Amino acid sequence: MSVRVGKTDRAAAFPVAAKTALKNDQLRANVRRATDTIRGKRALRVEEMPDWQQLRDTASAIKAHTLRHLDEYLVEFEKNCELAGGKVHWARDADEANAIAIGLIRQYSEGNSHVEVIKVKTMTSDEVQMNVALEAAGITPIETDLADMIVQMGHDEPSHIVVPALHRNRFEVRDLFRETMHRPELTAEPEDLTGAARAYLRERFLKVKIGVSGANFAIAETGGVCVVESEGNGRMCLTMPDVLISLIGVEKVIPRFEDLEVFLQLLPRSATGERMNPYNSLWCGVHAGDGPKAFHVILLDNGRTKLLHDEMERETLECIRCGACLNACPVYRETGGHAYGSIYSGPIGAILSPQLQSLEHSRSLPYASTLCGACYEVCPVKINIPEILIHLRGRVVREDQATLGGKLAVENLAMQGAAAAFQSQRRYEAAQRLAQAGQMLFRKGDQLENLPGMAGGWTKYRDLKAIPKQSFRDWWKSRSKGASA
Amino acid sequence: MSDAREVILGRIRAAVGGAPDRVAYDQIGREYQRKGSLDREACLHLLKDRLLDYDSEILEVGSEAEIGGAVEEALRRAGEHSVLVAEAFPKNWLPSAAEVVVDAALATEQLDGLGTVLTTCEAAVAATGTIILVHEGAQGRRAVTLLPDHHICVLARQQVVETVPEALAAISSSRRMAMTTISGPSATSDIEMTRIRGVHGPRRLSVVLYGE
Ligand code: SF4
Repeated sequence: MSVRVGKTDRAAAFPVAAKTALKNDQLRANVRRATDTIRGKRALRVEEMPDWQQLRDTASAIKAHTLRHLDEYLVEFEKNCELAGGKVHWARDADEANAIAIGLIRQYSEGNSHVEVIKVKTMTSDEVQMNVALEAAGITPIETDLADMIVQMGHDEPSHIVVPALHRNRFEVRDLFRETMHRPELTAEPEDLTGAARAYLRERFLKVKIGVSGANFAIAETGGVCVVESEGNGRMCLTMPDVLISLIGVEKVIPRFEDLEVFLQLLPRSATGERMNPYNSLWCGVHAGDGPKAFHVILLDNGRTKLLHDEMERETLECIRCGACLNACPVYRETGGHAYGSIYSGPIGAILSPQLQSLEHSRSLPYASTLCGACYEVCPVKINIPEILIHLRGRVVREDQATLGGKLAVENLAMQGAAAAFQSQRRYEAAQRLAQAGQMLFRKGDQLENLPGMAGGWTKYRDLKAIPKQSFRDWWKSRSKGASA
Repeated sequence: MSDAREVILGRIRAAVGGAPDRVAYDQIGREYQRKGSLDREACLHLLKDRLLDYDSEILEVGSEAEIGGAVEEALRRAGEHSVLVAEAFPKNWLPSAAEVVVDAALATEQLDGLGTVLTTCEAAVAATGTIILVHEGAQGRRAVTLLPDHHICVLARQQVVETVPEALAAISSSRRMAMTTISGPSATSDIEMTRIRGVHGPRRLSVVLYGE
């Protein structure tokens, strides 16, 4: 049983990766410009809605209700999807999901030595590393979302859950396209680049026989599936191939068709600042003479059901992946998405990745936040991310202290020492004098660098001001002495 | 792998089986706006504003008899001379001065070469500038409204509702059909957040608005 979230098991811890990201001025400028633009558009479009808070309340209630009855709704979805001509498969983890997809692709492409599949942007497929598995099985996955295509061509990782290539600017994309598409004449104009992508992909849309997608919503009442997009690449992959395989996280199910009226109002405004995204595709099973002749759904667990036990952690599964919390987060805006070491970045990534993997990897992620609350404020389903972050920090500490190594760790000992010092005025002042004398060795200007021991962990990733020559307490004492004299 | 199914359902039951239900489905509060507040005139005005905002083109006519002429005008502006229609498309709405290609289960390659498709639709949402197709009869199948570069859509004024909830209620008998909602032509903002029209779907959307 292996729960996998992208390449998190091999990624550097957040503080280390963030340090590298902070030195990359180009990346930071790209991320800053992109998030500023989306934030502005989102604010404008949310402002237009007099009933925005009521929509959030309902969305949160629908999701909470669905998760509490998830087994019933999944069974209902399965029944209705199969009645409409679809076939539902269940996958406990990443390997199982990939094995099912590969099995289906082989079954439908029998006799063909070189098999290609076209893909609609799906984070869930990145989560299970489906492209890596497909390639290992001799199948070529072709990403068709413009941003995902940029990421795939650049052998890169997505840095945002809605706009995966927002860390790249037009010149970087031009260079990539010139090289991969053998079009040296391409300019850096977005129109030119978009046109190149259109020409490059059109041929594949018409030729490739198998499509792979994710889903934004799976509707229990009808067995229907909904994909929200802009470019039309989604419509192409969902319509043109003979076979469609949709990988869907179990938390994507909603009870009824009419519930879409809530989510279709919240999602586009939150994600891209649009009143409605250009295209939504909805379908149930197969339709005679229209679209794929075979339709398969893979329902994926991959750690999700573990989050159901705890009411607070369960809230994480309410996420509709709009990305608003990323754009709002001051930490994400400084570091970009790669520092999170997971395909899920920003505030939602900081709570989702460590939970899916039982804190095994990405232990530092619950700390990758200022707890300013901006993420909670913009979240269309009202997930209280700051509260979940604190809850997870508690879990990290408890798990650490449960081990002998954790108990004896310098940090733990130092914290106990600090607690003792703060309890007595005499001990506190003594410690302060000692620190004033001791800091000379590490002082650079008015900053302290490379402190030894546990304090080194602090200064490695934070700017720390040196302790002033005179403490406030000393100044107060001398001031009152002067006044009485 | 029926085994995986039982394991996953078992995990869910073990986790939430006895948990209290904070909200039963019927008790979910729906305080948001479910009905429009504008009169007909204002609602249509809103639709037109939203359509234009997303680079769609609007051709307004009164009676059904004028639809063919409006389609001709849309074709002229796009520099096209032929239209693709579904077999069920009303004959009296066809332009007289253009070649008409009927989609009798045409192969993909044939569709790809065509410039303009002409369809009807199921409903439209004024607040978001959205047109809804359920792909039956004169609305054409999904591929037909996707491959040509120009989509001309005939919309009756009575089909326009103000809000998203009203639109879903209006089409709810079609909820098991294939469905596409269209808000302006295909677009991307993936490169430096610059909105570019027409990536893979139609680059041009013309709406012919007719009737009372
Ligand atoms: S946590 Fe909320 S704001 Fe963040 S991606 Fe999910 S739904 Fe959007």
